[in-house]
Amino acid sequence: MTIRNNMTLSSVEKNKGLAAAMKMEPAGVIGIIRGSGMKGRGGAGFPTGAKWHFAASAKGERKFVVCNADEGEPGTFKDRVLMDEWPDLIFEGMTIAGYAIGAQEGILYLRGEYTYIRKALEECLAKRREENLLGNHVLGNSNFSFDIHIHMGCGAYVCGEETALIESLEGYRGEARNRPPFPVNTGLNGMPTIVNNVETFAWTSAILVNGADWFKAIGTSKSTGPKMLSISGDVECPGVYEFPMGTTVNDVLDAAGCDCAKAVIIGGASGHCLPPAEFSRAICYEDISTGGAVIVFGPDRDMLDVAESFLEFFADESCGQCTPCRIGNVKLLEGVRMLKCGKCSTNCLRDLCALGETMQCASKCGLGQSSPNAFLSIVRHFKNEILGRACTAAES
Amino acid sequence: MLTTQQDRLMGEINELVEVHGHDRSALIPILQDIQSRYHAISDFTMQVVADRLEIHPVEVFGVVTFYSFLNEKHHGHFVIRVCRTISCDMAGKDAVAQQLRSDLGIDFGETTSDGRFTLEWANCIGMCDQGPAMLVNDHVLTHVTPERVHDILAACEKTFGPHTPQSDEEHTL
Ligand SMILES: Cc1cc2nc3c(=O)[nH]c(=O)nc-3n(C[C@H](O)[C@H](O)[C@H](O)COP(=O)(O)O)c2cc1C
Ligand code: SF4
Repeated sequence: MTIRNNMTLSSVEKNKGLAAAMKMEPAGVIGIIRGSGMKGRGGAGFPTGAKWHFAASAKGERKFVVCNADEGEPGTFKDRVLMDEWPDLIFEGMTIAGYAIGAQEGILYLRGEYTYIRKALEECLAKRREENLLGNHVLGNSNFSFDIHIHMGCGAYVCGEETALIESLEGYRGEARNRPPFPVNTGLNGMPTIVNNVETFAWTSAILVNGADWFKAIGTSKSTGPKMLSISGDVECPGVYEFPMGTTVNDVLDAAGCDCAKAVIIGGASGHCLPPAEFSRAICYEDISTGGAVIVFGPDRDMLDVAESFLEFFADESCGQCTPCRIGNVKLLEGVRMLKCGKCSTNCLRDLCALGETMQCASKCGLGQSSPNAFLSIVRHFKNEILGRACTAAES
Repeated sequence: MLTTQQDRLMGEINELVEVHGHDRSALIPILQDIQSRYHAISDFTMQVVADRLEIHPVEVFGVVTFYSFLNEKHHGHFVIRVCRTISCDMAGKDAVAQQLRSDLGIDFGETTSDGRFTLEWANCIGMCDQGPAMLVNDHVLTHVTPERVHDILAACEKTFGPHTPQSDEEHTL
């Protein structure tokens, strides 16, 4: 059982939102999304309506809608569940976006690890073409033709970063681009492109059915709507949950069944580690922002193991383009291993933290900018566990 | 490599170019198809693909070495990727990994000498609520235990039929 509580999306009528959009002007559709206050569900939290507005106003012979289904952040799996359960709402949301910005083509970039989901998604697309929900003159609208195809990823976490994803779609190594220019102006093949998360598109369909005010009434004033969270680790009921934005970590832990957490990491490997004293904080863009990963650690877990695991991940997944990230993650990993051996001096630990802070500001893309987060927050909150410890690692 | 094998491979690449197109954006889909058929992308393949797409072979090499699902080195018919990320780690991935090492007689990053199995680590495969998890080619397996390892490998062996290309031939391609 992966779905753990009531899901709003279960009650959203399929294709009603698309039918409603077809009766409006594209600008009207963007107005509704702007009015809902929805921010992107992939983690960065950029306002979706504003992104679409930029892409709609940008000039280009062709425009593209890209659905980011590269879900690779450790601890995140809600997009997989969304694609299993509500593929129609996702494709519908992409189609609505296509209409809003004036695109003819949509691409779902599916991570290679999820190849087994592809067949069902292709079947869903075929059915939508048959029902004229895709293809020429969608739902009889003579001004709008739109189709979607699936592009398979190839096992690279950095391709979840939107400009790296575009490089990958174009057939290159997934190396992030400098921004600006932003994809809304210069995206796929140099054309205006919006990249949005799977969940963002699913909520788009819901907003077109239930209205912007419905969405805005849920959550906080700056973080509207419900959010899907992927909860794993030391809890009784791991799985996907839906909560209103602004829910506290304590409430999330209660729902998932855990009363003895020593630490929670919100946002996966690139997220922040919270000690119990901060469990009253809220999950929303103005407090702890996340793409939806919540990993819970019980009293016996060694937080240095956690830092080591995440840094191995980043050292492995760094695209290697820029020095702070390519070398920095390896150095931090070496540092954590030294700490595990009880061999890291206080000065050395200070240097490691300074290196982490340098990486946060000097790395080219979000991967290197956020990879030191977990390490730095673990050092901040669990210093007593780190300093003065005896060797816990096999020395190599 | 025999000329006939080279000819056959070139023919297949031509077909793939017909399907996916000549644009640069066709490069990764073409390589993905070759990877799943031949379990490796050889220097020869890279050269032919580069010729067909009219790009430098170094461009193809750069792409092959970037993505973890594309490999120059020959991979087994079954690639087992065990998730090593924290949630699967806490759920007990080490025991599963150790049993796989013992039953296959290889370490991670290696391929069995009969060319059937390759063992690799994977970063998070999105099954954090059902760990330990692993992929066997495109199939996902969850709540894996050391006891289940034998049955999983046996089920793979069963599907390994006479239609599959000989491993020594694959090595040379
Ligand atoms: C290293 C890295 C990995 C990312 N991975 C994903 C991902 O798997 N899925 C996703 O939706 N966004 C991911 N993002 C964020 C995207 O760059 C982008 O902000 C997002 O897709 C925008 O969609 P949204 O506004 O709907 O959230 C990642 C960013 C970085 C820096
Ligand atoms: S921060 Fe890391 S992943 Fe991003 S461009 Fe630099 S090396 Fe590549």
